[in-house]
Order: sequence, then C-alpha cells, then structure tokens
Amino acid sequence: MTAAEIHQNLVARFGSKVTGAKLDALDPWIEIASDAIVEVSEYLKTEPSLRFDSLNNLSGVDYFEPDEKKLAKFGHEPHVEVVYHLYSYEHRHSLVVKVKLPRWKDGKAGELPELPTVSGVWSIADWHEREAFDLVGINFVGHPNLRRILCAEDWIGHPLRKDYDFPLEYHGIRGR
Amino acid sequence: MPLQVEDPRIVEFDVRTDEMLVNMGPQHPSTHGVLRLLLRTDGEVIHEVTPHIGYLHRCAEKIGENLSPPQWVPYTDRMDYLAGMNMNLGWALAVEKLVGMQVPDKAMNVRLIIAEMNRIASHLVGMGAYGLDLGTFSPFLYAFREREIILDLFEEVCGARLTYSYITPGGVTHDLPTSIPIPPGLAGLTGRNPNMTLSWIDACRMFLDWLEPRIVEYHTLLTENQIFIKRTAALGIMSREMAIDYGCTGPVLRGSGVDHDLRRDGEPIYTRMYQGYEFDIPVAPFEDAPPEAILGDNWCRFYVRMMEVVQAIRLVRQGMDRYASAAGEARIPFKMATKLPRAEVYLETECPRGQMGFYVIGNDRAEPLRARAKSSCFCNLSVTGPLCAGCLIADIPAIVGSLDVVMGEIDR
Repeated sequence: MTAAEIHQNLVARFGSKVTGAKLDALDPWIEIASDAIVEVSEYLKTEPSLRFDSLNNLSGVDYFEPDEKKLAKFGHEPHVEVVYHLYSYEHRHSLVVKVKLPRWKDGKAGELPELPTVSGVWSIADWHEREAFDLVGINFVGHPNLRRILCAEDWIGHPLRKDYDFPLEYHGIRGR
Repeated sequence: MPLQVEDPRIVEFDVRTDEMLVNMGPQHPSTHGVLRLLLRTDGEVIHEVTPHIGYLHRCAEKIGENLSPPQWVPYTDRMDYLAGMNMNLGWALAVEKLVGMQVPDKAMNVRLIIAEMNRIASHLVGMGAYGLDLGTFSPFLYAFREREIILDLFEEVCGARLTYSYITPGGVTHDLPTSIPIPPGLAGLTGRNPNMTLSWIDACRMFLDWLEPRIVEYHTLLTENQIFIKRTAALGIMSREMAIDYGCTGPVLRGSGVDHDLRRDGEPIYTRMYQGYEFDIPVAPFEDAPPEAILGDNWCRFYVRMMEVVQAIRLVRQGMDRYASAAGEARIPFKMATKLPRAEVYLETECPRGQMGFYVIGNDRAEPLRARAKSSCFCNLSVTGPLCAGCLIADIPAIVGSLDVVMGEIDR
C-alpha cells in the first residue's frame, strides 16, 4: 500500500490525531500526535491490510541550532522528533511515522519531554527507546526499564542534544 | 513421618538452591568482545540474562553530525569491523539516495565484488569463532587462513586490511588493480611461484577456485560433527514471530524461516546492484539438516551463514565475469563540501550480520543534521534475554555465538 493510501486510512480512522504528512518525500512520512502514538502503532501493526510487524528503526532527532550566526539559515523550529521506520514482511511495504515533541517538557530546560512507549507493540522498541532516552533525552512513559544503555549509568546529559556540553572530566579521565 | 510422594522425581524438583547472580564478561573469551552478561541462575539453570552493552561506545552518531559524509566513512569501518566494506556501502548508498546520485555500472560492479568478498571473510570469522565458543580450535585456524588471503586482496585494493574506507559516496576510491604480487598465503596454498604478479581479478578467481572445495571440509569439521550438532541443534529456538518482533535480521531472521533478503527485497538503489545476478537465498528449514535440528535453532542460524558463503562465491564469480564489460568509471566525484539537500532518507542494506540501516537528514549544509546508524547486531542481541531463559550456563556461549554479534557495531 502506498503512503498516500495509508495516510487516508489513518485520517479516516484517527482524524485530528494525524497532525501532518509529507507524501512526496523520498521516504514519505506521516506525523502523529504524541498522545495517540500507541493506539496508532497498534492499529498499524494489527490491521490486516497494513501489518507493520517490524519496527526497523526508532531514532530521536534534535532540531536545534545552538550557534546564533547559523540560526537564520537553520529553517526549523526548535523541537525534538521521534521517527519510527516500519516495515511489513507480509506486504513488503514500509512507512515512516513521526512524532514531534517540545525540546523540554513545559519549556523547563532539563525536564525531558514525554512520549508513551511503544515497547508493548514491538519488543525491539524496548532497546531502541532506551537508546533514544540515553542519547537524545526523551522520557518514554510506561517503559518497563528506562535506563541508559550505551552511556555509563552515572553519565550526565544526553549527547545527541545539539546544545550538549562535553564534560571536562569523568571519574578523573580528562575530556576535551 | 516423611512426606510420601508418588513420583520420586518430584523430590528432586523440590530441592531449591539460592538464586545466584553470575557475571559473564565484559572480558570473557566467548562473548565476542566486550559484552557483559549478567546471569541470574538457579544452579546451572538460567532464569534471566541481562546484557550490558556500551563498553565500546564512542557516540559515532555525534561525530557524524560534525563531519561531511565522505569524512564519516572511516567511522563506519569501525562499526562492524569484520565487514567494513559492507558498512561503507550502506552509508555511501544512503548518502547517494539523499543527493539523488547514481553511480556508474563499473562502480556498482566493483562494489558488488568487494562487498560479497567481505561477506565471505566475515562469515568465515563467524564460523571459526563459533567453533571456538564451542571448544573446537581447528576450524578457527582454517577460517583465518582463508580470511588472510581475502585481507591481502583487500590490502592490494585499498591499502588497508581492516578499516578500508574503500566504498565512498560516488563509487569506490580506486579501480581494481591490474597487476599485484600474488598474496603469500595464496602462493603457498596453491603452490605458485611466490614472486609472480597477476591482475587482481585473476588472483581473486584463483582464490575462489581454491576456497570453494574447502567448504565441504568445513561441513565435515563442524556442520556434520556430532558434538557440534549436540551443542547447537534444538537449542536457542527462536520462532518466526519472535524474530520479527525483536527486529532480528540477516542470518538470524532467515534461520527462523523468514524468506527475506534485502539484496532481493530491498530498495531499488540497492537491488540495482544485484540485478541480473543469479543467487539463492538460503532459508531454514533445510532438507539436509540433521534430524535433531529444529527451525530457528542455533544450528539453522549457523548453517544459513555457511550457505551464504557459497552464494557469495557465486555472486563474486558472476561479478568478475562482468567486470571487463561494465561501463563507466569506478568513481564519480563527490565533493567533500557537497551540500546535503533539505530532505531525509533511511536506507537499509544486507550486511553479513543483518540489515544495517542509515538514517540521514540533510539541512543545506555539508554536515548532516542527523546521521543515525541502526545496528543489526543491536537488535539481534536484544533477543538474548528471552532466548536464554531456561537454558544452562554452558549453552550461553552457544546461543550468543549463534547470533554472531560484533560489539563495535552495537556500541557505535
């Protein structure tokens, strides 16, 4: 099924929860409201004509430009995105689903934005979400085990944030 | 009065020992690098396995956001360092998809030959190391003898033995050399004059002619070995649903009976390379499997890899036959400062260990806004917990080894 058909299907079913789409992109994507991601994911996985049984990739992206000189050409509102790349082994089609989040919860720097977990839908999301939490700093609400996975457990900050400050030292090891 | 039980075995089950936490790794020879497994065991029986990863983490994705795509190629080498060429290829294709570039036939042909040769080398290590995990040493030595020649051939092509950076956006860095000294290992094995020179293609062909009959010997050494079968068959059984749910790809997925290979089912920019080539995709169950083997067990995963070596040899042979007639150059220029358009692409390629995905977002600059590497081993390893529950401690190396993980790719 093409992305346009899937988009129509989702709009008919979820209405305003489908907040945007770019269907002429190289990899067409559909944007979903953050509070509806679990029900949309479950629908995408179980609906017989879609059957997106595989979550190929889950990535967090930080849209932010810390350098004021480059800000004029940046062209994006500051926000964080979570991107789901789905694939169906049955129908051999793929889809990109996006969720836009504020960079910080309630605008308070340091408070991670929240998003419901999809680890109940695809088991692999468990580790992918831990990685996105660790590196990009997204709080997946309801995740069974949201701990850092790649960085050390006592690491401070989320390295893939664009305004991340590299630590000067870590346990006596010099950084920078 | 002692409690009477009808079945005497029940008494045995009633004997409970305390649960123990056993730490395995990160410096454990059978964990393939720096993987740490925390086992919760009751005696010999595993209740829970928790993998701890990240010992090799260097945040390559952050580095990728500060470098232009050709500059990041060497970092992709260091992900799956046993299949550096395939990592380069995945990244190069993702960038080419983003900027809308089509490489000439010659470049595609060389890429195919090199990528499939690296698949052979990678599976040879996978096979040898798996034997080592299970306690047999000799297959490892044979595998490394063969791999050594492939590395020599790669060295003649790009000057490096492990971190090649050979396949870059726009093609490959150099065309295949027309005159090289024969790799010493190859001269020794085939009894040629060690001082002779020949073209790269001829050397590669000579090597494949020598390697192909040896595969039967590996089967006698490992695949059909009764001890090996006892250690692998009907162990670590992964159902088709479980494999898909945990995002397993590559030989792990095909070992569970899912007929899916991106070289055939992938995106056009990748399958274009394989168009017109004849090759089979080995998928479990196998007709020649021993009766003990069950769909999705360690043995099936191992056998898929062995069969893929045969198919890779076939592909390389066909590629070499077409090399002379392939049109175009081996590379077209891709400037270091090429601005990446405001778009985003995700592309997966079939690497020896599974589907490696690269997600690139361009933003009118030479450096991508986001360079994400989705690791196949990362997903394959995430299944260890449920896969190992209920097995014995001695089976852990057999199960983790059959997933064939490379920590460099998991930790990135």
